Amino acid sequence: MTDTPMIRMAAVDKHFGELHVLKDVNLEVDRGQVVVVLGPSGSGKSTLCRTINRLEPIDSGTIEVDGRALPAEGKALAGLRADVGMVFQSFNLFAHKTVLENVMLAPLKVRKQDKAAAEKNAVRLLERVGIANQKDKYPAQLSGGQQQRVAIARALAMDPKVMLFDEPTSALDPEMVQEVLDVMTTLAKEGMTMLVVTHEMGFARRAAHRVVFMADGEIVEDSTPDDFFTNPSSDRAKDFLGKILTH
Amino acid sequence: MNVLLDNIDLYARGFLGTIELFVVSAIGSLILGAILAAMRVSPVPILRAFGTVYINILRNTPLTLVIFFFAFAYPRLEIYDLSYFTRACIGLILYTAAFVCEVIRSGVNTVPVGQAEASRALGFTFTQTLSQIVLPQAVRNVVPPLANIQIALLKNTTIAAGFSVTEAGGIYQALSERGANVFVGLLWVAVGFLILVVPLTLLQRNLDRRWSTAR
Repeated sequence: MTDTPMIRMAAVDKHFGELHVLKDVNLEVDRGQVVVVLGPSGSGKSTLCRTINRLEPIDSGTIEVDGRALPAEGKALAGLRADVGMVFQSFNLFAHKTVLENVMLAPLKVRKQDKAAAEKNAVRLLERVGIANQKDKYPAQLSGGQQQRVAIARALAMDPKVMLFDEPTSALDPEMVQEVLDVMTTLAKEGMTMLVVTHEMGFARRAAHRVVFMADGEIVEDSTPDDFFTNPSSDRAKDFLGKILTH
Repeated sequence: MNVLLDNIDLYARGFLGTIELFVVSAIGSLILGAILAAMRVSPVPILRAFGTVYINILRNTPLTLVIFFFAFAYPRLEIYDLSYFTRACIGLILYTAAFVCEVIRSGVNTVPVGQAEASRALGFTFTQTLSQIVLPQAVRNVVPPLANIQIALLKNTTIAAGFSVTEAGGIYQALSERGANVFVGLLWVAVGFLILVVPLTLLQRNLDRRWSTAR
């Protein structure tokens, strides 16, 4: 059981109308591995991330999470999503709930935990992301960095097997990026399985076990961060690195 | 003033009836309206179709006809014997719910799609996403138009007078039977409605203020 990969994508294809966003994508993420997905915008990396918990359905191919193929929309899919944490670019905290309620809601309603246990766990997680003193505020009263840390705590409250990050720092002011990356780095060190779509090269170098480079819906490179940044093999990766490292 | 004081029993009974009709119909129409709105945004085509047909029939039929149906046609169907009051409530609920539904649905469209995505990603089912995340926010965004509909409902309760339900709209008939000044009497009925609308307006302002801080 432990040698099945946490995420397995095989021959995955997806179109948005005419646009072929994912072309025969094959990807495996092992347990405890941190995979960073890089690539120019429009390369399909966000879509790739969103297909893993079926927020985007695919046209063909298979996706397995922890050895189980993704079920069709319904109760079984909801059950699988409960085990897959997701962090969005735009945070998507529930606007009508306080920070504490945001973190407690899914454990209460999906996992049917009792209130005391859910609250205790929520406070512990908020302390871990350094935001417990804001627990009674509403999301709109927090900064972007704080909101994203709450979003991470909310995902962790479900005790997920794997965490998906869809450009978690792209909507943040520069000075807030670090506080979110710090939380993610700690998670990575603790052995969480993570798939991170990002533009943060520093994080890729520091925390990733593997870097996957996408362009035009294809996985072009799949290597270690060291190899990728010092010795990219494809022209498209060289071009991409040239553009972002010189500015 | 004399008209009011001499017939205070009439006014009291009338407005009590109005309040009863209103409270039952308001709660009923909000619940049914929310259910209909859920149907109209659901992924199940049959539910969506039912919602659409319902709205188009009930919203485009004069309330008087709906009430007349329940007053005179319904008893002939001999389905189940209901009191005048219950039938009046059903008519008002079915009619008002169509408007509540459309307002809530427009509220659903104001809730960012990311809210539902985050909720689905956490493992909430469609029903949970709707009831826990989307509808509560949708309703918060449409408090003023919802209050409008409920104020209209309050005034629409007068139509139930034609139904022999005791309510404020029927006061003038009793007044004329007693030989009192009907015009002055009606002015007092108007004043009574103005007073009844005040708590609704206050409630709307209160909810608006409380919920706007959460955004």
